[in-house]
Amino acid sequence: MMNSNEIIDDIANKEYEFGFTTDIEMDIAPPGLNEDIIRFISAKKNEPEWLLEWRLKGFAAFKKMQFPSWQHFEMPELDLQALSYYAAPKKKKQLNSLDEVDPELLATFEKLGIPLNEQKALAGVAVDAVFDSVSVATTFKGKLKEMGVIFCSFGEAVQEYPDLVKKYLGTVVPHSDNIFAALNSAVFSDGSFTYIPKGVRCPMELSTYFRINAQNTGQFERTLIIADEGSYVSYLEGCTAPMRDENQLHAAVVELVALDHAEIKYSTVQNWYPGDKDGKGGIYNFVTKRGICKGNASKISWTQVETGSAITWKYPSVILQGDYSEGEFYSVAVVRNKQIADTGTKIHHIGKGTKSRIISKGISAGRGDNSYRGLVAVGPRADNARNFTQCDSLLIGNECGSHTFPYIESRNKTAMIEHEATTSKIGEDQIFYLNARGIDTEKAVALIVNGYVKEVLNQLPMEFAVEAQKLLSITLEGSVG
Amino acid sequence: MLTIKNLHAEVEGKQILKGINLEIGKGETHAIMGPNGSGKSSLASVLAGRDNYTVTEGEVWFNGKNLLDLSPEDRAREGVFLAFQYPVEIPGVSNLNFLKTALNEIRTYKGLPTIEGRDFLKLTKEKQQLVDFNANLMNRSLNEGFSGGEKKRNEIFQLAMLDPQLAILDETDSGLDIDALRIVSNGVNKLRDAEKSFVVITHYQRLLEYIVPDFVHVLYNGRIIKTGTKELALELEERGYDWLKEELHLKESV
Repeated sequence: MMNSNEIIDDIANKEYEFGFTTDIEMDIAPPGLNEDIIRFISAKKNEPEWLLEWRLKGFAAFKKMQFPSWQHFEMPELDLQALSYYAAPKKKKQLNSLDEVDPELLATFEKLGIPLNEQKALAGVAVDAVFDSVSVATTFKGKLKEMGVIFCSFGEAVQEYPDLVKKYLGTVVPHSDNIFAALNSAVFSDGSFTYIPKGVRCPMELSTYFRINAQNTGQFERTLIIADEGSYVSYLEGCTAPMRDENQLHAAVVELVALDHAEIKYSTVQNWYPGDKDGKGGIYNFVTKRGICKGNASKISWTQVETGSAITWKYPSVILQGDYSEGEFYSVAVVRNKQIADTGTKIHHIGKGTKSRIISKGISAGRGDNSYRGLVAVGPRADNARNFTQCDSLLIGNECGSHTFPYIESRNKTAMIEHEATTSKIGEDQIFYLNARGIDTEKAVALIVNGYVKEVLNQLPMEFAVEAQKLLSITLEGSVG
Repeated sequence: MLTIKNLHAEVEGKQILKGINLEIGKGETHAIMGPNGSGKSSLASVLAGRDNYTVTEGEVWFNGKNLLDLSPEDRAREGVFLAFQYPVEIPGVSNLNFLKTALNEIRTYKGLPTIEGRDFLKLTKEKQQLVDFNANLMNRSLNEGFSGGEKKRNEIFQLAMLDPQLAILDETDSGLDIDALRIVSNGVNKLRDAEKSFVVITHYQRLLEYIVPDFVHVLYNGRIIKTGTKELALELEERGYDWLKEELHLKESV
């Protein structure tokens, strides 16, 4: 019989399931960050002049900025000059269909459980797969196009729908928003673009799958989703990376725009390589995600399940500009070994009668350190704004940490803001109680954790909720102390 | 069914059980009484396999198997059930989901097919009525926000659902008012049959008016110092434990 310490060790040594690398011919730019590389990326992607200028503005802003120091972890040393800012699978010509995608690439996504072959694809889910910096395939494009839904790689959108891109790019996350967003603006490679026309309820889940493969590269994709009046879309992103001894930077930007009566539901299941048990390697997941409820009675909902990355640092936020608009943030963040998460949300209540709901569930195991950081700001015009925040922490073992940094700023007397917080520990008593009913320790932890995160997982689309549940069980297997 | 031979156990280096001998046959109900700190609840914990107790000497056999070699979950699967003195709360885990997981773990261990959907619900309804458990509590999170009495009744409901061969009731009567005591006892009595054995640990004779034992044992200072029938419980109620302690000291000083 293993005692709990042995079980902990056992799990600590458990290998990351998606840590393989793909051997594929790549176009990789030489390391270094300068104007030349930005021009190179822009030229490589055949971009219009205005976009190059926008990138250069981003770069100029970046150069004036410092890394922040307010976060609840020690900022790792990042040598941005040592990174390569462009890596793409070599292809001989423009691809017209999936059949022309490198079979090695298709096999990679197959291995990750993301079939890009449309016949085999998950029913009702369209997938855009991004490998290193480049979108390699987008499924169900044709079917979506019939309804006027645009779902394609960012690069393609720049070519095909430049007006839409120009109109909304940087309107939610400006090029000078923060140092990582500025860096992204300068060197972003690809990403996803989605436009849902007026009154259209997108008939399937849209999904982007990000995979970092190349060594010594950063991944800087951009996602832009526009939901026109009265439309609805549910969007999901997933991510994995190979196991590498050095850290890799992922600095993405996601912008969401919801017009009158539109609704965007954005879900993330993040499983980047977390590093090994001593904290060696792993992804730095420094991402800026923000949505604006521009229109009246619009709604944006973020759901995130964060189990990977050496450091997860992001605050998917909502600006509630339209009257009676609504923002939601549901989060499960798990850290174990030496992982760090400093995550939460910012909700800006600007319009009248705006509502927001924040449910954050942190789980800390091993020597992991988990922080919730959140801002609820109510502006002077936001009469009768409502916020409910619930912020729970679950501790497993004796060496982990959990912190909560809630900020509330209210400039309107009619606002109602509620904050609830709990901290609990999976106790030996709870485990023993379940053991004494015939349930082994692994299952007992899974049962307790799944009960704990149920409220958040219920927000995910069905297929992904099941995946996320499995992912959580695997991530936490045996981490009870 | 259960044979305890010369059982010694310690917790944090302190000897708690100092040579317990006990034989429990099929269908029998044994009461274990004794003053505070005599080791009653420790005995229950050791039998269920709580890991802060270390068995330093002795053996426990359950249906021919060495119970001490088994993990807590395997003991449960073999048919040992502990009704906890202080049942824990597990937020977010529904009572029913928990019971279904437990029941199916036990069934799988025994090589039986799992029980799902309608069959499971039918079983819960039947057992819930048998032990008079509040149906509203079944869908709530496990013991979360339950009153003391509700928690104890939930233990008996679980006992009914999991249908073990040996049930150890650890001070199930503590914290119950007289009505709750009657309901819990009725539930237990309905579950008694020729196949099932009970160990009822209690401070007070009161519970034994409802759950009438075949044998009564007095545990004192980690050992069983007297065994009798239900009349012994009455005598204890009347005279307390001191006369037994004195008797014991006299014997030991001889």
